[in-house]
Amino acid sequence: MIYLELIREFLKIGLFAIGGGLASLPFLYDISARTGWYSAEDIINMIAISESTPGPIGINMATYVGYLTGGLLGGMVATLAVIAPSVVIIILIARILNKFMENEWVKAAFYGLRPAVAALIVSAFLEVVKVALFNTDLYKETHIFRDLLDWKGIILFTILYYLIRKGKKHPIVYIASSAVIGILLKMA
Amino acid sequence: MKVLWELFVAFLRIGGLTFGGGYAMLPMLEKEAVEKKGWITNEELLDFYAVAQCTPGIIASNTASLIGYRVKGTAGALAAALGVVSPSYVIITIIAAFINNFTDLEIVQNALAGVQVCVAALILSAIASLWKKSVVDRITCCFFLITLAAVVFISLSPILAVVVMAAAGICVKRAGGTK
Repeated sequence: MIYLELIREFLKIGLFAIGGGLASLPFLYDISARTGWYSAEDIINMIAISESTPGPIGINMATYVGYLTGGLLGGMVATLAVIAPSVVIIILIARILNKFMENEWVKAAFYGLRPAVAALIVSAFLEVVKVALFNTDLYKETHIFRDLLDWKGIILFTILYYLIRKGKKHPIVYIASSAVIGILLKMA
Repeated sequence: MKVLWELFVAFLRIGGLTFGGGYAMLPMLEKEAVEKKGWITNEELLDFYAVAQCTPGIIASNTASLIGYRVKGTAGALAAALGVVSPSYVIITIIAAFINNFTDLEIVQNALAGVQVCVAALILSAIASLWKKSVVDRITCCFFLITLAAVVFISLSPILAVVVMAAAGICVKRAGGTK
């Protein structure tokens, strides 16, 4: 039953993805690898759409994956499942809020958690790079190293990264310009 | 009942008007929950925000639930959380319904190839910001490298990584006796 599976997977994301939007990425790759509900490229499209539309990224991704796998109802159960753990946990700790934040055990756990979350996001980044900057399919045919790297992509990546760090404009600006550049340079 | 509806609508607006979640939500929350409704003070909002980042789940729904709970208990938390996700559900469903009809077109494929590169750059930029807050000393650097190696080379599940590293943090901080 696809809906129950969606609920199970997104409850897990809601429970273990700590620190917001991008923290759910490694979980999405994990689900993709295990279930084949969607491809690695779907995830990247998902990120682009989430960054370009209103609403929290984590929730947008849940709706998108849910819809891809289970239609309207799938989107709804995935969205509700991803927020359910957070609502329950907040209701449980709301009363002891200040104690929770100052608890030494909680602080110590986060000392270990934060670098782990950073590493998980880096691992998701590597998956994105594999699709965005490498031509693995072409390389498998030709076995020429020059064909492995997508040079147009790498140059665009370098420029974009510089602009993003300097400019701090809204992500939608960079995404829209990249779409236009992709069309002009025939990047596919 | 009226206050629940107000919570739902206020968070509907917040969810529908902020791009990207996380930090982007803060100014909207200030305007709606602090200035317009007077549900919480500015200091409380910042406290809630800190808690939302340290509790499991999406930051936006955590913050919504915290404010909702403060205003009207459990029902308030539910109303606020449902409000903040509703715009996403509607907007993303519409986009998802249409995008698959277009992805075969050559022009769309070229555009998506460009967008993929941009997504990579955006994530790297987010990592650069995150790095400063999370990898603060030699031990956290080790935690980072171990987790990355385990996930990349032996496909450690993200859940295990989170649980094990939280435990490791507790071991190091609590057993070492350094505060």
